[in-house]
Amino acid sequence: MPGEDKIIEVRHLVKHYGKFKAVEDVSFDVFRGDVYGFLGPNGAGKSTTIRTMLSLISPTSGEIRLFGKNLLTDRNYILQRIGCIVEKPDFYKYLSAEKNLEIFARLSGVSVTKSKVHEIIEFVGLKGREKDKLGGFSHGMRQRLGIAQTLIHDPELIILDEPTTGLDPQGIIDIRNLILQLKNERNKTVLLSSHILSEIELIATRMVIINKGKTIVQGSVSELLNAQELIVAFSVNNIEKAKQLLANASLDKTIDKIEHNSMLLHISQEKIPVVNKLFCDNGVDVYSIEAKRKLEDYFLKLINA
Amino acid sequence: MFWKSTYNEFIKIAAKPRSYIGVGAITLIVGIILFAMKADGMNFISFVTAPFEQSLSFEGNILNGNLIAFIILQMLIIHVPLLIALVTGDLVSGEGAMGTIRLLLTKPISRTKILFSKYLAGCAYTFIILLWMGFMALIVGKWLFGTGDLMVLNSDGLIVLQEPDLGWRFALGFSVAFLSLVTVATLSLTLSCFSENSIGPIVSTMAIIILFNIIGALEVPVLQKIQPYLFTTHMMAWRSFFEDPLPTEKIIHSIIILLVHIVGLLGIAMYKFNKKDILS
Repeated sequence: MPGEDKIIEVRHLVKHYGKFKAVEDVSFDVFRGDVYGFLGPNGAGKSTTIRTMLSLISPTSGEIRLFGKNLLTDRNYILQRIGCIVEKPDFYKYLSAEKNLEIFARLSGVSVTKSKVHEIIEFVGLKGREKDKLGGFSHGMRQRLGIAQTLIHDPELIILDEPTTGLDPQGIIDIRNLILQLKNERNKTVLLSSHILSEIELIATRMVIINKGKTIVQGSVSELLNAQELIVAFSVNNIEKAKQLLANASLDKTIDKIEHNSMLLHISQEKIPVVNKLFCDNGVDVYSIEAKRKLEDYFLKLINA
Repeated sequence: MFWKSTYNEFIKIAAKPRSYIGVGAITLIVGIILFAMKADGMNFISFVTAPFEQSLSFEGNILNGNLIAFIILQMLIIHVPLLIALVTGDLVSGEGAMGTIRLLLTKPISRTKILFSKYLAGCAYTFIILLWMGFMALIVGKWLFGTGDLMVLNSDGLIVLQEPDLGWRFALGFSVAFLSLVTVATLSLTLSCFSENSIGPIVSTMAIIILFNIIGALEVPVLQKIQPYLFTTHMMAWRSFFEDPLPTEKIIHSIIILLVHIVGLLGIAMYKFNKKDILS
């Protein structure tokens, strides 16, 4: 665990709206320095959990501690150390980007200078647009401004709830790079909720998966995924011969799909070089070996279990 | 933090186009009234004074700035609540509709402080609207029509108040009018805490005022019992400052009823706002 310093501790969180159980039993820990993936299908209770952690929603029961303090008793101490985007970053459309940042900076609990506002605007790539009213901003630009708003008071923890929703591919890459910059250059802890699994797989160090309001699994991304079979695409020159070789070999594998000169195998990580050697030793040329959708497969297995 | 939040609220109100509807509407309506009075004011006055002309003779500048201000205040105090509610009804629900409430309530400032800063900004806006109305009616009215004694017609008959005796009456009259408009602002802010869109609180505020005015006008014994407790009954309390002798008890009673409404509505607003789950 990075530093073993728990920044978020959620214990047996429950939230009911009348008879509807939005969250039934969610528990997880986030450590300082984590980029923490918060995963779950639509309606799993991700947004409710995040809103509860930010005191937007009061929990029915359970305990939330951030920075070692209880959210119910030390709300302002905790919120001063958090920057967040909850779902889409909405701002005052009748104000400029700069004025919007100033409005939220004034409430951040720390003194924020004009030069700091301009520095953050430059960091998120909005320099030159700071005087423009938000009415003319694209979704991607608002998302960048949302990130700027989270950073304006230099918080220790950044919570991003679905930050790439509605963005085009370039926008998604930009936000991903921004998050990596936050971790690597600014040493921030990031809690990232998303159902774009490839994004989480690329940037998260640890993760929790929830479904139907309950925690299913949590831990290090690499450990959780390595413990599972991989889906590996072998691209070869002779697919029929490769198929024959696999059929005769006593390997623990499943052929998932064959397309042209490529086959998808369910296989453990240590078996990849064995299969590669098997093909090479028997005159099958291997053009490429590519691990595919590890997290997606893992996620679907857990959700459908 | 409270004052920073209040400053933010002032900035938001000042930047919203809808905030200028009230100022524009008052300028236009008062402008039309002033123009109409300048063009045909004496006919309007003679319509009022005609029944008394057999027993009284009127001398001096009857159609003066004081009378114009009194007429304008009487006409507009019924309609200004709509202009106030346009802004104050949007203070909380507008944040919900825009989605900014999510960001606002994740800042290290209590919900109570946020609500009070919104309320303070709403009261300041109400004051500015009333001040503008006072300026247009009294200052521009005196500039156009000159000054003089104020002739007031009420249920007891015709009262003539001498000009040196009018300054404090207008000042206190405007103060009580401000209190009644603040009651409307508090009502719309409270309704705003229950809504996720801006239209609902604005329409509901006006609907309540209309309903209470209808109840206040019906001479039905069961309704007459509740009439003294409706804030709308006391919205014209400012007019009592233009009576002679001054009905002090009646004025104090009205002020207490308005204050009770303000405190009660604020209590409801605070409870709702603090308990509210932000789902938008």
